Amino acid sequence: MRLVVDGVGRVYGANRALEDIRLEISGGEFVCVVGASGSGKSTLLALIAGLDRPSEGVITLDGAPVTGPGPERGLVFQTGALHPWRTVEKNVAFGLELLPLSRAERKARVSWYLREVGLEGLEKRLPKELSGGQRQRVAIARALACEPSVLLLDEPFGALDCQTKDDMQVFLRRVWKDTGTTVVMVTHDVEEAVFLGQRVTVLASHPGRVAAELPVALPDERDLPLKREPEFLKLRAAVDDLVRAHR
Amino acid sequence: MTAVLEEGRKGAPLPRRRPARPVPALLRLGTPVPPRTRWVLRGVSLAVPLALWWLVSATGAVQPEFLPTPAATWSAGVEMAASGQLWDDLWASTGRILWGFGIAVAISVPLGLLMGAYQGAHAALEPLVGMLRYLPASAFIPLLVIWLGIGESSKIALLVIGVVFFNTLMTADAVKTVPAELRQVSATLGARQGEILRKVVVPYAVPGALDAIRVNFAVAWNLVVVAELIAAESGLGYRIARSGRFLQSDKIFAVLIVIGLIGLAIDVLLRVLRDRVGRWQP
Repeated sequence: MRLVVDGVGRVYGANRALEDIRLEISGGEFVCVVGASGSGKSTLLALIAGLDRPSEGVITLDGAPVTGPGPERGLVFQTGALHPWRTVEKNVAFGLELLPLSRAERKARVSWYLREVGLEGLEKRLPKELSGGQRQRVAIARALACEPSVLLLDEPFGALDCQTKDDMQVFLRRVWKDTGTTVVMVTHDVEEAVFLGQRVTVLASHPGRVAAELPVALPDERDLPLKREPEFLKLRAAVDDLVRAHR
Repeated sequence: MTAVLEEGRKGAPLPRRRPARPVPALLRLGTPVPPRTRWVLRGVSLAVPLALWWLVSATGAVQPEFLPTPAATWSAGVEMAASGQLWDDLWASTGRILWGFGIAVAISVPLGLLMGAYQGAHAALEPLVGMLRYLPASAFIPLLVIWLGIGESSKIALLVIGVVFFNTLMTADAVKTVPAELRQVSATLGARQGEILRKVVVPYAVPGALDAIRVNFAVAWNLVVVAELIAAESGLGYRIARSGRFLQSDKIFAVLIVIGLIGLAIDVLLRVLRDRVGRWQP
């Protein structure tokens, strides 16, 4: 798997949201994109998802240009955007229902992903009966069930309280390891980006462009206490400074 | 502004108002009322007009030709029910509603879906439908009689005209409430345009469309009576017009009450249905 963002720009009327973005992401990577508001980080994710088209440049997945949305690029929004009339299991089944799969096969896949995200027992619940964290777990399972080449996360934990957010970060690391999915996550939370990513891309604002790319030289096994370690804090401070400098 | 502010001070302390006096629940904005009070109020809302009616009519303050007593109205109603007349009229009116409202729904729901889901369809249809909606349906009666005669079809056509434009626009509004993120995320899960329409837009819009149907069903009930005032041999509106010619205001009152009760029953039914269908809503 190889996702390439090659010289991508996006202009809305007289406003330039993105300028000459260049990114290369290989299979299995976990990349976090941080930036202040106005850095166009959500626009970039929408372009990769195919929900919007670049004004300049091209985005390719394994050499094929992205021309529209598709299940090989799964997306999770901050709100979850669950199908509110569908139960948890039917939400996860949404993408699978569009494929020629037997009912048994579909059920088996849905229950595998529900177990993976820790929602077994809640299959029949409606989204309105779930907590914010549970809703995001459903949204992630729904995207993963389509076996995407890359999972795109747009501030997925931005609306959660701090403790739930911490839990979800540990959860996401685990799911990433279990499934081997490539993850591109956009966030304004620098601590989150450093804790989760193998690599952090800092975007500058007005217009959005790549300001810096930093490897995250932290152990592969990460748990919450890592956030108090000096090497974590140092890296976090460095990224913080970069984001502030390029506001 | 003032010299005090320029010196960097805020000025004299802000005056405070005295604390508000406690207000009983009944007068507090948006506060639930105890269930017993609620039932009492519901009873009062029916009992007071009934008592006033009884008072004004039974004391002879108003002549019975103008205002029949509740008792006279009741016996007129019982008499009409016993002779079978009431049921014939009820059935005639209901049949017209089922046809007229049914046709209006069959046209307006797909049209509203189209307008709500596709901005092109909205641009093409909104000016026309928006204007036609303002033409009073009853103004079409002479035209409908010229075009269709005084038979059933002109009455059904009046219902269709009176309902179809409103219901189209209200359905379109319900469809437009589908969040963009929900459509987008469905596309990233592999859904094509037609699948998004079928599996996302339509289910999301169903409760709102039912709301529109509930509101416009009341309009249909109003219009069927109007239609029958013109030319008919049966129906609740016809019964009112005929009773009027013979100064039988007790019969008019009885029919009006029947219409009101049926309307209430249908409203409750549609509301229960809508709450069941929309139970996923937060």
